[in-house]
Amino acid sequence: MHSYTENVSPRCPRLRRWGRCNLGIPTVIAILLALIPVLFPPRSAAQESPYFVTYDHYLEEPGSLEVEYFSSFATQRDGNDFVSHWLEFEYGATAWWTTELYLDGQTTFNDSTIFTGFRLENRFRLLKSEHVINPVLYVEYEQISEADKIMKEIEGHDVEADHAVPNATLRQGHNHELELKLLLSSTHNGWNFAVNPLATKPLTGGEPWEFGYAMGVSRPLALKASAQRCSLCLENFVAGVEMYGGLGDRPSFGLHDTSHYLAPVLAWNLPSSWTLRLSPGFGLNDNSHQFLLRWGLSREFSGFGSTLARLFGGGR
Amino acid sequence: MRSHVTKPATLLWLAVFAMGIAMAQSNDSSRAKFEKSVYAELGKAPAKAVSRPNPLESDPEAVAAGAKLFELHCAECHGANADGGKKGPSLRAGEVQQVTPGALFWVLTNGVVRKGMPVWSRLPEPQRWQLVSYIKSLSATEKAATGQQ
Repeated sequence: MHSYTENVSPRCPRLRRWGRCNLGIPTVIAILLALIPVLFPPRSAAQESPYFVTYDHYLEEPGSLEVEYFSSFATQRDGNDFVSHWLEFEYGATAWWTTELYLDGQTTFNDSTIFTGFRLENRFRLLKSEHVINPVLYVEYEQISEADKIMKEIEGHDVEADHAVPNATLRQGHNHELELKLLLSSTHNGWNFAVNPLATKPLTGGEPWEFGYAMGVSRPLALKASAQRCSLCLENFVAGVEMYGGLGDRPSFGLHDTSHYLAPVLAWNLPSSWTLRLSPGFGLNDNSHQFLLRWGLSREFSGFGSTLARLFGGGR
Repeated sequence: MRSHVTKPATLLWLAVFAMGIAMAQSNDSSRAKFEKSVYAELGKAPAKAVSRPNPLESDPEAVAAGAKLFELHCAECHGANADGGKKGPSLRAGEVQQVTPGALFWVLTNGVVRKGMPVWSRLPEPQRWQLVSYIKSLSATEKAATGQQ
């Protein structure tokens, strides 16, 4: 176990006196971004998909920032149950490009609570208008420890037993990975269908490409909007189901030693820019956690980009 | 090794984030040109889309529901009164009011992605038609206001 003084960077001697030099760049970014709700009040409503793992082809509106908190509870055989947490800061750079920062952590019962790393994600819309199937390219860099348990994607031979190891051991291992996904999505008569094949390449250690998938279907509970502004109107609820799992790696592609989940999903888009999501998930084979319960809370801040630009003297 | 990767990656992301913010802004000097180019997209709607009638035209609640949807999803860019905002052009302009409901629906569905307007097919089809009803109702409001003057 390291103490703060052992970890102090020689590059910040002033802070050393306060014993705070252990703050990494991601932590500083997290603190700054956590102030966003205070600085930029929301002005429009979110219209979010209910998925936790699957992506549809809709990107963040240009100039909008969505701040999201998600949490997953998972049962663990031969180990302690855990709750993982992650914060997402999703910004619509343009109508065809969304960029995102994730900060991950987890609490394993009877063990510890730890920060497990960060992810930088970009999504690029490949076609300029709507088609029957709409492709979006997803590129993500991850720097996470092996104690990361958010299960934002299941890949390769990820299995339940990986999470049974104590945090102190798991956090010794680090993953630097490049993750690519092709997000294929289609919306027809209110129904959204999305399929996301994925490939992950560890950037260190010469490990092979790993593969996985996610797919989902969802629909708003009502297609027409009511004339009144309301929170409990059916049009504010989107329900669906998603399924995700691993497909092995390059030397051993396939379903053996992989885990798979089926999860009903529900999103409640409130007129006040808040979105609540809930999803109980069920493991489909013996390699999977038997039960997952995911929930999330997010808020969209429209006009974040232009407000920030004005703060620095630009924009109108 | 870890900080070797972490810091450049984080700084790269910050640079990308800042670039994104810059790209989200439109340039004042080219605003008129920009608006003209966005209006021009309405003329690109295929004939089949242009001729589609609004199935909610006779729905008495469509305009009110469309106004609510407009406030929630569109006002941020097009202004609270639809007369133009920070990023979107006026929807009261003749270029918008003179096109068919079908052409408006087509632009709502497909967006003008290269010019900053996202696709709105995430809103179910009836909600997009409700928005079209509201936008088309603005010309009547405009005429009434002009008549009173």
